[in-house]
Amino acid sequence: MTGVQLMADAAFLALAVVTIGAAIAALELRSLIYGSIALMGSLGGIAGFFLLLDSPFVALFQLAVYVGSIAVLILFTVMLVKRELIFKKIEDKRRKWAGIGLMLIFMVAIGSVIIDSGLKSVTTDEPPVDFRDIGADFVTYYWPALILMALILAGSVTGALVLARREDVENGKRTD
Amino acid sequence: MANELIEFVLVSVALLGIGIYGLSVKRNAIRMLFAIEIIINAANLNLVAFARFMPDSGGQTLALFSIAIAAAEVAVGLALIIVAYRMYQNVDIADFRSLKG
Repeated sequence: MTGVQLMADAAFLALAVVTIGAAIAALELRSLIYGSIALMGSLGGIAGFFLLLDSPFVALFQLAVYVGSIAVLILFTVMLVKRELIFKKIEDKRRKWAGIGLMLIFMVAIGSVIIDSGLKSVTTDEPPVDFRDIGADFVTYYWPALILMALILAGSVTGALVLARREDVENGKRTD
Repeated sequence: MANELIEFVLVSVALLGIGIYGLSVKRNAIRMLFAIEIIINAANLNLVAFARFMPDSGGQTLALFSIAIAAAEVAVGLALIIVAYRMYQNVDIADFRSLKG
């Protein structure tokens, strides 16, 4: 085993522990604020995986969009919620063990199918894709999709603003 | 490439399982959104991993689209949660049942 292999394995293991641990913490921590910070950690771990996969552009995009904007959006929403709701765990006690069982059965079933499949021996020695190819993809083959995506983003942001607008406030005063 | 494809796919399966657990057990709407985010990220990880081992730039392009659409989804989802919270003063989805009409 070479030094590079060992380093990559150590980095992979650390990232896997951080990503999966933070994902569990995001769902299980009592406080929603700490939960959303743990979610940030999990999403950052995914960005680390992208770096390991030689996709720095996607990794930086992930950091900018998820860790940067979505996490802040979630934090602000959590802060709008009443204090006692932030610290209250709302879940079905009976369903909890059923959910854990479902998760384990799912992981074992899908995991064993994947381990048995031919994916186990897939490795590659080819050089990674140059990120300039992604830019070329965007402006040549995928340009209608890019424009459509821009419209969808604009529409969703407008829709979110319209949804979240208070209808009981007129001229800066509450009517109720 | 020092790692194998199957390692990334197994991490993705684990994240998907955690997301399914969160969606089925949690009743807090914000936590369910967390679970959806985790599932989307598992899918993105798969896209980029398979694209690296092909190797092909299409997977990364699709992952970028997916991340952008997920951002739009979160914005709308959080706005819906805020509206429902304003109506019911709660984020428990069991209280949102009357939305069924």
